Amino acid sequence: MAEIQNYTMNFGPQHPAAHGVLRLVLELDGEIIERADPHIGLLHRATEKLAEHKTYIQSVPYMDRLDYVSMMANEHAYVMAIEKLCGVSPPLRARYIRVMFDEITRILNHLLWIGAHALDVGAMSMFLYAFREREDLMDCYEAVSGARLHAAYYRPGGVYRDLPEEMPQYKPSKFKSEKDVRALNEARQGTLLDFIEDFARRFPARVDEYETLLTDNRIWKQRTVGIGVVAPERAIALGFTGPMLRGSGVEWDLRKKQPYEVYDKMQFAIPVGANGDCYDRYLVRMAEMRQANEIIKQCAKWLRENPGEVITESHKLAPPSRESMKNNMEELIHHFKLFTEGMHVPAGEAYCAVEHPKGEFGIYLVSDGANKPYRLKIRAPGFAHLAAMDEMARGHMIADAVAIIGTMDIVFGEIDR
Amino acid sequence: MNGGKSLGDVLRARFGGRAGFAVAEALGETSLTVPAEGLAQTLAELRDDSELAFNQLIDLAGMDYSQHAGGESRGPRFAVVYHLLSLPKNHRLRARVFCADDDFPVVESATAVWPAANWFEREAFDLFGIAFAGHDDLRRILTDYGFVGHPFRKDFPLSGNVEVRYDPQRRRVVYEPVSIEPREVTPRIVREETFGKEGESG
Repeated sequence: MAEIQNYTMNFGPQHPAAHGVLRLVLELDGEIIERADPHIGLLHRATEKLAEHKTYIQSVPYMDRLDYVSMMANEHAYVMAIEKLCGVSPPLRARYIRVMFDEITRILNHLLWIGAHALDVGAMSMFLYAFREREDLMDCYEAVSGARLHAAYYRPGGVYRDLPEEMPQYKPSKFKSEKDVRALNEARQGTLLDFIEDFARRFPARVDEYETLLTDNRIWKQRTVGIGVVAPERAIALGFTGPMLRGSGVEWDLRKKQPYEVYDKMQFAIPVGANGDCYDRYLVRMAEMRQANEIIKQCAKWLRENPGEVITESHKLAPPSRESMKNNMEELIHHFKLFTEGMHVPAGEAYCAVEHPKGEFGIYLVSDGANKPYRLKIRAPGFAHLAAMDEMARGHMIADAVAIIGTMDIVFGEIDR
Repeated sequence: MNGGKSLGDVLRARFGGRAGFAVAEALGETSLTVPAEGLAQTLAELRDDSELAFNQLIDLAGMDYSQHAGGESRGPRFAVVYHLLSLPKNHRLRARVFCADDDFPVVESATAVWPAANWFEREAFDLFGIAFAGHDDLRRILTDYGFVGHPFRKDFPLSGNVEVRYDPQRRRVVYEPVSIEPREVTPRIVREETFGKEGESG
């Protein structure tokens, strides 16, 4: 009889289900995974080291590039850490805008996750549906910041500018006919808030559509139920946060437990799973999208009724307006100093965490009083999740490894930093 | 968040009399300096004590203090910073341990206390060269295979030491010393305490 040996297989770094640049070294016994050893770092850009050589404001766009599917949530933790060290609090309207865009970002992230996860597991069409809604939300990004992905919209002391009065319009081209453009522009006639409210009205029905496709889908359940089960105590010990922790039935959400910005004024629920498998984490994220939609509605309502400042008056952090800069010597000096030397952050250290769509995203900032950080440590949720890959995949089939990578919501921008 | 007693009080009551411990509170955050001796035991105590109950290791960061505040750092060069979270008590703690030896920094591993420490310690080892005694798989994690040096140390240049390109003659990828000049666009400046204070009122 032939001797059967374990063999080692490389999964990635060019595998389409490896979500970017994961090299997974799998030790296999037939089709059963005996050991999984993720090799990461192929996208390592040393963001933390780069930040030590840049002024505080210059690092804001680097934050977008960490988790490049939930850009503003990354910026949020970074600007909160600076504000904490400086003792500056942003105006109330800026806080509402931040919360609203955090939740828009959460939907953006979960839409990409459901699209990619379902695609990995074999449901091609989810990707197309998810991207239909992503398009609308990226238009919101574009309207406030001018960029569809890397927004750099949150600034220390507030947000870059107030919500715009009009939405960007589609123009007819050889790809889009006059008729298509008219249909697309119909929802984009009013202000950004009109558009967001219109989206929030439409969106629950869209989530229903996704659920029709997946929730009771036999193939989907066969691929996810009972796969990658993590017990609650184990999830805590492994450093899981966000939907990965809540999928295991631990009711923990920083937005409720350690509220920041105006989350304490928001009405929303924390969905939790029961079994800690891939299917429960799917249900948790789907429910989170609905909750995020509710928060967006509440913020949009408040923002409509309460105009005001969106960035702090302290010109040590935020530049003065163009008009006052041109009329006032003092403001001109502030402007010049801010854009040449940058802001100075008092010596000290701070850790700020936000409930990022993937989990707890934290920024540990150490300043020695200079115009650049002394040390910036990014706590990426995906890093702790991927570290548990070996434990979660052991004893499963190769095809289940794909489902487990999908359920972790892996994005290498944040893991490799 | 802890009833009437603050986390700082609990820590002072627990560790106040012991050598090497120091509690500091600033900006609403609590920091605890821990001695390197018996580190794993101290961390286990932080996890198991019913009043502290830090059941989750959120983050572990290496630190290089050699150029802190202009470089007149007097203390030890390397430190490891743990960010701990207690889910039952809903409080956070920053624990810091300094490495005694600047040339060969080594601390005890926390992997036995929190399994989450595994990759975080590999990262600190990779980027700062801090060794973790008792870690059973201390490989590099973020840098390239065969990388030399510890890139997040303050004496490691931002541009690195080697650059990589494809050599058409030898028909393979080659490593060469970097050809770019180091440059600094905005200099690093620390202002004196009173700078800009009078401008606040104007």
